[in-house]
Amino acid sequence: MNRRTLIAGAALALGLAGTAMAQDKTKVGFIFVGPVGDGGWTYEHNQARLALEEHFGDKVETVFQESVPEGADSERAMTQMALSGADLIFTTSFGYMDPTINVAKKFPDVKFEHATGYKRADNVSTYSARFYEGRAIQGHIAGKMTETNKIGYIASFPIPEVIRGINSAYIHARKANPDVEFSVVWAYTWFDPAKEADAANALIEQGADVILQHTDSTAPQAAAEKAGNVITFGQASDMIEYAPRPRVSSIIDNWAPYYIARVQAVMDGTWESKDTWDGIGPGMVGIGEITDAVPAEVKAEALALKDAIANGEYHPFTGPINKQDGTPWLAEGEIADDGTLAGMDFYVEGLTGEIPN
Amino acid sequence: MIRLVKRPQPSRFWTAVTPILAVLLTMVVGGIMFALLGKPPLEAIRIIFWDPLFHPQFAAYSRPQLLVKAGPLILIAIGLSIGFRAGIWNIGAEGQYIMGAITGAGVGLAFYPMESFIIFPLMVIAGALGGWAWGMIPALLKVKFGTNEILVSLMLVYVAEAWLASVSSGLLKNPEGRGFPGSRNLQQYDSAANAEIIAGTGMHWGVVAALIAVIFAYVLLTRHIRGFHIRLTGEAPRAARFAGVKPARVVLFCLGLSGALAGMAGLFEVAGPAGQITIDFNSGYGFTAIIVAFLGRLHPVGILLAGLLMALTYIGGELAQLMLSLPGASIQLFQGMLLFFLLATDVFTNFRVQLGRKGAA
Repeated sequence: MNRRTLIAGAALALGLAGTAMAQDKTKVGFIFVGPVGDGGWTYEHNQARLALEEHFGDKVETVFQESVPEGADSERAMTQMALSGADLIFTTSFGYMDPTINVAKKFPDVKFEHATGYKRADNVSTYSARFYEGRAIQGHIAGKMTETNKIGYIASFPIPEVIRGINSAYIHARKANPDVEFSVVWAYTWFDPAKEADAANALIEQGADVILQHTDSTAPQAAAEKAGNVITFGQASDMIEYAPRPRVSSIIDNWAPYYIARVQAVMDGTWESKDTWDGIGPGMVGIGEITDAVPAEVKAEALALKDAIANGEYHPFTGPINKQDGTPWLAEGEIADDGTLAGMDFYVEGLTGEIPN
Repeated sequence: MIRLVKRPQPSRFWTAVTPILAVLLTMVVGGIMFALLGKPPLEAIRIIFWDPLFHPQFAAYSRPQLLVKAGPLILIAIGLSIGFRAGIWNIGAEGQYIMGAITGAGVGLAFYPMESFIIFPLMVIAGALGGWAWGMIPALLKVKFGTNEILVSLMLVYVAEAWLASVSSGLLKNPEGRGFPGSRNLQQYDSAANAEIIAGTGMHWGVVAALIAVIFAYVLLTRHIRGFHIRLTGEAPRAARFAGVKPARVVLFCLGLSGALAGMAGLFEVAGPAGQITIDFNSGYGFTAIIVAFLGRLHPVGILLAGLLMALTYIGGELAQLMLSLPGASIQLFQGMLLFFLLATDVFTNFRVQLGRKGAA
């Protein structure tokens, strides 16, 4: 109790000192899990931070801390950020969930936005993107393009987000090409170029000629380029420097519109705790340019799929879909509910291997 | 012509001075690096070394955090230093730290949701045993088959990480965690939580254990026959054998002790500041503790100071990132310089610099 009052006292003193300043400037903090130069996940969050500065100009001040380990260290980083007078703090990795809730309790006047988590409070919102929509388009292109019928998938951690991506890509690859097989490698990292390159090379040696990745570095792209006849997709960021081959398209996280809207809400005093899960439609998930390495016909199909998802005509998880063990999950025409998707811990029928347990 | 002449005995003066010299050199070269990055060097150095202790806005929070960060470093480094004194190189404290956290948290979670005062002590014992057992693997392999403990203990870190990933998404996974890997949060389970003993001080049981370990190691090394045997084994292995020291026993003792202390550090961390077992629960304390052990000259009091200094560079480094937008990597580089300069200046401890011609010799 004592500690809380102490910190609340410090926060109060600071708040008083800060309000005079805060009237013309809103201070926005970011906690990043990787380095801003990772070329993927953190890079895109940082791009959105820069977009904030561009959009609001003098009215906003941003601070960030990069490569913050999840757990105790992140709690300290957030506390120091709140003590330094931040009005709004974006914590941009799943592992920051409990620390965000802890720190938010100590600073009731500071607003927090936690990416990809599910715990909310009066001053904690959550937000995430429906990346699985992009995975569906990737899966379609991958299924059409593969000649060996083997698709390699570099997965990071066995969390619902990643499993959803594997399932969505597989379902649509299978629709495009019934003979397709997936090999999934669990890298247990979000960003480790050496490990990711090893995983890519192992998959290529096993005969995969399409590599999908749910890790953030460009190392798999470089490995595919070296191997020659292998295609890849940019992850989190466009990774356009590897176009037109091996990178034939990409899933781009576009956080800027959301960040701008939330900062505006803080400025207007209309900020409320809520859960946001947006996809291609509202622009949170972007599909990077499909290069000429993809035949025009396949490209047209992919774009049609993208439009259907964007305007809500089609949901990537539409039945009939069975679980891996053959038990029915979605009946003909049934659409998966968000609750099941958010906690997805099973493979769909046809995928081989097990989710690490 | 400059020549280095080996001293008959390490210089006491230089032993004490080199850590300070290393810190000063790190400040100078680090300052130049910050200047090259276009940041004010003096301000950066002040933020790193001064602000966590005395900044009006942050110090009330960051001072206790120094203890939180230094606690596990000191506890692990003390264990390592005893082995290093005997020439036994346990590089795998990170793995022992992980295993201690797993076994300790596992015991706590097995009792959930029962509340009893006995749970936390049992967790501490389980944590120490977990680390001890992980340390005994390289120890037994060395004693029985003469394997190299550096390699074995280091490789076991990766095995421990695989265990961590496995239990986070299996055995210890929070059943109410919506399918995400990671255990229940022990901070929210009173009987298992390693909370602050006095609120607002950062003083949790892990910090207390670290302080006890410092005293224990000091007494062991200066007053106890076993401590004498350890030092003798490191400094003169042949003499030690003549004096009746059994090398196998020293190996088992040193690796077991450093493993147990690292395991306890893991338990205190998982039950306290970290809160839960997750896939990437470990954040390098086991490796950083090696730096702390050497920075503290393998002396218990030195390690205490070195642990606090290391914690200061962490927390100050974070503040510098926040206030000056310094890149995170530059802070890691800054910390790396500290060890680099320590090793570099260490030359003066063992060698004398002689100016003049070589010809005469």
